[in-house]
Amino acid sequence: MKGTVRFVQGNEACVEGALYAGLKFFAGYPITPSTEIAEHLSLRLPEIGGKFIQMEDEIASMCAIIGASLTGCKVMTATSGPGFSLMQEALGYAIMTEIPCVIVNVQRGGPSTGIPTHVSQGDVNQARWGTHGDHSIVALTASNHQDVFAMTVEAFNISETYRTPVVLLLDEVVGHMRERLVIPEAGEIPIVERLKTSVREGVDYHPYLPREDGRLPMSDFGGVHRDNVTGLYHDMWGFPSDDPSVVHGLIRHLIDKIENQTNYLTRYKEVGVEDADCLLISYGSSARSARHVVENRRRRGERYGLLELQTLWPFPHELVRSKCANARYIIVVEMNTGQVCQTVRLAVDRPERVFLANRIDGEFITPTDIQGMLHLIQGKGL
Amino acid sequence: MAKETRKRKLKLHQINAEWCKGCGICVEFCPKGVLELNDLDKAVAVRLEECICCRLCELRCPDLAIVIEVEEVEAP
Amino acid sequence: MPVKDYIRERFFPHIWCAGCGHGTVLNGLIRAVEKLGISKNDIVMVSGIGCSSRVSGYLDFHTLHTLHGRALAFAAGVKLGRPDLNVIVPMGDGDALAIGGNHFIHAARRNIDVTALIMNNRIYGMTGGQYSPLSGRGILATTAPFSNIDQSFDVVELATAAGATFVARATTYHVQETIEIIQEAILHKGFSVVEIMSQCPTYFGRKNRQGDAVAMLKRMREIVLPIGAKAKHGDPEIIERGIFVRKDRPEYCAEYDDIIRRAMKRK
Repeated sequence: MKGTVRFVQGNEACVEGALYAGLKFFAGYPITPSTEIAEHLSLRLPEIGGKFIQMEDEIASMCAIIGASLTGCKVMTATSGPGFSLMQEALGYAIMTEIPCVIVNVQRGGPSTGIPTHVSQGDVNQARWGTHGDHSIVALTASNHQDVFAMTVEAFNISETYRTPVVLLLDEVVGHMRERLVIPEAGEIPIVERLKTSVREGVDYHPYLPREDGRLPMSDFGGVHRDNVTGLYHDMWGFPSDDPSVVHGLIRHLIDKIENQTNYLTRYKEVGVEDADCLLISYGSSARSARHVVENRRRRGERYGLLELQTLWPFPHELVRSKCANARYIIVVEMNTGQVCQTVRLAVDRPERVFLANRIDGEFITPTDIQGMLHLIQGKGL
Repeated sequence: MAKETRKRKLKLHQINAEWCKGCGICVEFCPKGVLELNDLDKAVAVRLEECICCRLCELRCPDLAIVIEVEEVEAP
Repeated sequence: MPVKDYIRERFFPHIWCAGCGHGTVLNGLIRAVEKLGISKNDIVMVSGIGCSSRVSGYLDFHTLHTLHGRALAFAAGVKLGRPDLNVIVPMGDGDALAIGGNHFIHAARRNIDVTALIMNNRIYGMTGGQYSPLSGRGILATTAPFSNIDQSFDVVELATAAGATFVARATTYHVQETIEIIQEAILHKGFSVVEIMSQCPTYFGRKNRQGDAVAMLKRMREIVLPIGAKAKHGDPEIIERGIFVRKDRPEYCAEYDDIIRRAMKRK
């Protein structure tokens, strides 16, 4: 890929991806290990006429980006576990009102204050069920800086295409380590722009009636259509309604618009999966170590494979089931107590083949750690 | 001077009985006692001739049920 | 334009109880906007959650019905996104100063150009009559059966101390004055706060034996007097109304536009 080569932190790769995607408004609050995202954007956004604001807390940050998104600009916030917890109600609001926005969670050791400068991937299920009520969510992740850049752009494209918040799950290791990044030329990666309604003034406009292609054209605040946005269940015009058919129709729409697109939304990478006898499934920074193990073993002719998930939610059940069809051992490598592992068990047949290789002491899971656990799993002892 | 010679003349004093919830605020605070609540607890202008077009009933009505239209006319 | 052009008529009669002051606030707000001649496309109304915050649904502006206590945080995003729009933020007393208190003082500190209307009926009406940070010591409420021991904020002092550059108090009795104050607040370039004392006969009035809407308005007429009256009469019961603060301080969006100019020159 042609472009400018940089040697940056993962957090900075995320910033470059957001700017490439057309980010114009960022609201955030300092929190380790994501603060660098805010710092860089406080410098870079005004340079391109965009706006940065440091709000009084993460709740305000999430609310502010929703308000700004409604004026027509692409928005983002970035935080870590504790802040992500504070953002949940407003995240649910963005889901209910179908407002495009990107929320970056650079995960750290949790729960609570945890180990702020140490790594973990313990917020995966929070990304799915952190906010209350039935809903669906898109959550992406990445294991290296080129992918952080690409997944950040994807996050914006998906949020605009489906008019939904998208969570980007990074972690302290990817966020803080430095690595090579190639920033592509403008136009190299297609960008989805905000779809605006073409309905003229005075003509009835339904902000919440999907078109045949499922898209929901928006009308910006200040435009000719004075519609209502509310977190209450609402009709196609955006006005409150508790009519059972409206309520059922809306909740079905909010869930199906994401879940039915799972195949389109699934991003993943793979190494030697077709003939894998022992298949490792991993994501985020853990996938770096898993990839190292698989590549070493394959060089020695052993039938190892890696399936690296870049879309965590909606969980790609079909993809995982088909990729795991022939493996004798399925080992999920992650830095939590098995949040993706339990979902993989739901996805595959003969779930007794699924094992967890994890580390939850705040230290990064290394190839040696994985190697040790593989031996145990395969009954070969240490 | 011109102001004094002009007099406000009531053109319309309309009360939307569907919207009125009979709170009695307009009745109580009308300086001229023009309004009363009828037996359905709806505000009604019973002494319209007393109305001085101050519009306080219209401005105070919590239900936006009262619409006043006034004409500026030359004093006779 | 007549009132009917400013409201979403299909939702009337509205949900507020008979004699609820919030209807009068809606009334005054429409008159103020009409007198200022602001185009409906240029107004964004951002409200929180509660009886007061349903006002946005009834007005034919760009309306954003947000989360309890968070209206001002949403409004900051809207205003920064489109500084040219008039952003009006109606909230309840609990909405603005209990759960929303942190956002209130920070919006004031930043002096962001939005108009905060605190529809203060000293109670949580939507949830059935609990006391709020503005209820006042000694009142009764469903959550203060032994009478309230909480001291109230003085909204004017709080807003002034936090940095608001336009601070006023009005009532649902003194309607003409309220309309003028709302106009001044909207015109003011900076964070404007208007506390509008509003009667809740259903919960506050009944629970505290203050009678119906008419009785509550009469009481307002007696004890809410123009600025300076408190000193003159020396009666602690008296509450003052009018414009307490009106000063100029750099406005947040304008200041940020300056940052953009400097940043773009630097690049």
